[in-house]
Amino acid sequence: MRSVANALSITAVIVYALGAPRAHAQDVRRLEVGQAVTESELSAWDIDIAADGAGLPAGRGSVQEGKTIYESKCLSCHGRNGEGKPMDRLAGGHGTLKSPDPVKTIGSYWPYATTIFDYVRRAMPLDRPQSLSADEVYALTAYLLHLNGIVDADAVMNAQTLPRVRMPNATAFRGDPRPDVSNAACERNCRD
Amino acid sequence: MKTRRDPPILTPQQPIGRRALLRGALATAGIALPKLAAAADSSKGVEVKPWMTTPGRGVGSAPYGMPSRFESDVVRQATEHTPTTLSSWSFTPLDRLTGIITPNGLVYERHHSGIPDIDPDQHRLAIHGLVERPLVMTMDDILRMPAVSQIRFLECAGNSYTEVLRMSRAKTVQVSHGLLSCCEWTGVPLSTILAESGVKPEAKWVLAEGADAAAMTRSIPIEKALDDTLVVYAQNGEMLRPEQGYPLRLLVPGYEGNLSIKWLRRLKVGTQPWHTRDETSKYTDLMPDGTVRQFTFVMEAKSVITRPSGGHVLKAHGFHEISGLAWSGRGRITRVDVSTDGGRTWQRARLDEPILPKALTRFRFPWEWKGAPALLQSRAIDETGYVQPTRDQLIAVRGTNSEDHFNAIHTWRVDANGEVSNALSS
Repeated sequence: MRSVANALSITAVIVYALGAPRAHAQDVRRLEVGQAVTESELSAWDIDIAADGAGLPAGRGSVQEGKTIYESKCLSCHGRNGEGKPMDRLAGGHGTLKSPDPVKTIGSYWPYATTIFDYVRRAMPLDRPQSLSADEVYALTAYLLHLNGIVDADAVMNAQTLPRVRMPNATAFRGDPRPDVSNAACERNCRD
Repeated sequence: MKTRRDPPILTPQQPIGRRALLRGALATAGIALPKLAAAADSSKGVEVKPWMTTPGRGVGSAPYGMPSRFESDVVRQATEHTPTTLSSWSFTPLDRLTGIITPNGLVYERHHSGIPDIDPDQHRLAIHGLVERPLVMTMDDILRMPAVSQIRFLECAGNSYTEVLRMSRAKTVQVSHGLLSCCEWTGVPLSTILAESGVKPEAKWVLAEGADAAAMTRSIPIEKALDDTLVVYAQNGEMLRPEQGYPLRLLVPGYEGNLSIKWLRRLKVGTQPWHTRDETSKYTDLMPDGTVRQFTFVMEAKSVITRPSGGHVLKAHGFHEISGLAWSGRGRITRVDVSTDGGRTWQRARLDEPILPKALTRFRFPWEWKGAPALLQSRAIDETGYVQPTRDQLIAVRGTNSEDHFNAIHTWRVDANGEVSNALSS
């Protein structure tokens, strides 16, 4: 039984070494599965916004317009001034990230303003996602940035102005340095 | 994935009769619930029982079979600390399972806007962006492509977030480690699907998007997309459960569960990550110096003893098998050590086969409990040589503001009366 298992595992190693599992990647001929589609046919689904603003639609919205929309559609979950409860806190928290009780909000934590537009349009309000017009999402984005002291009360957001907004915490983001700890497989007299 | 001010997790309200049910289920392991030690039956249980003299249910009485009614308490446990069930999570009952496969109905859940009810005939997968041929595929298209079946674990980035702070709120392994499951997944390699569209050479990242009301989106490096990522439609031999992405999901082996986008509807190929909300605001790791680690995908080597574990009671001195699970997002588990003295001395555990890469591995360790208090720990080592760290080591580097990707050695306390509890809670 063991020799059979060994033989199988050796075979598996050889097959793996020959690259069989990766054959799918480049070598296999096309299967001709699926139907051609154009980018314009996909436009209703193609709603992602890149960090540099690629994908932002036409439209505009002001802080003041955003305040009105926020108070009718967002306030009940996120609080009058974005203080949260029951759902996520959206504003404040500046200077808390090194403290024992960090407050992570759009203003204190998020690295890109474009992410606000992307997320609000795709997922908010929770009970009616994708119900907001582009103008409404621009306005809400402007208001949320204003609540966090990042843009002035007369700011207007559109496909040109939004990608230019610099977020206070943008420079804090790093890659993955792990493994970042090194434990030893001690077996005797290991700890105090 | 949660707020720091959550109240402590309480043990769930237990239905009447649960203790009696548990007694039978746990008796073979020599484990009982509190105060049951004296509840011995005066007979030896070998009289003729009613089911021995009466025919049972007929064939076909349960077209889709369910567990025995005596196992009705083996269920997922939803967290009580999220403001809505639409964006919340539930834990797998790890201490009530054996082997390495999680039954489909017990796979942990994490949804961000509820569970959609998708007609597979109406489901589509779109592939576009930096490709030669944008495509849309039906489920019939995907089901006729070359498939693979692989056993892989799935672990939420936030698994064991309860253990970061000194006073853990997790009384059971279900809550401390139950954002973890392992299934045999069947589907098509993502590389095969991308090859149909023809990825352009400048491609560096792939955006995956769900068809749920959260339209969950994550950016995946092209190397991982072309390596071992799967587009799966089945788990443990049957089509995906709705909670697991029916009819189609991504499965990104070894990476934090959030990347394995459920209800997958769209793949967009690009040159940069998108910095979506769930890879900036969430699923990032805040360090003590205020910097933030982003794209921390791999779930590093980890293990936990599932039996005995929090809430169990050892009802007799003598032999007790210690058993648990080990896994690594970087490959195979090569060794698991067990300590019964809080980490002063360690001994090798036996590993059950199969030992598969990026899958749960079951370990077992024979133990004689003489009645003294004990501190039970397990320590996993993977094929890269990485040794599962202690809690102190992790916190020395990452502090306590980082709650995700927490893979520290876990300690169960056994008291002289046999009660087992989370050592962090006491």
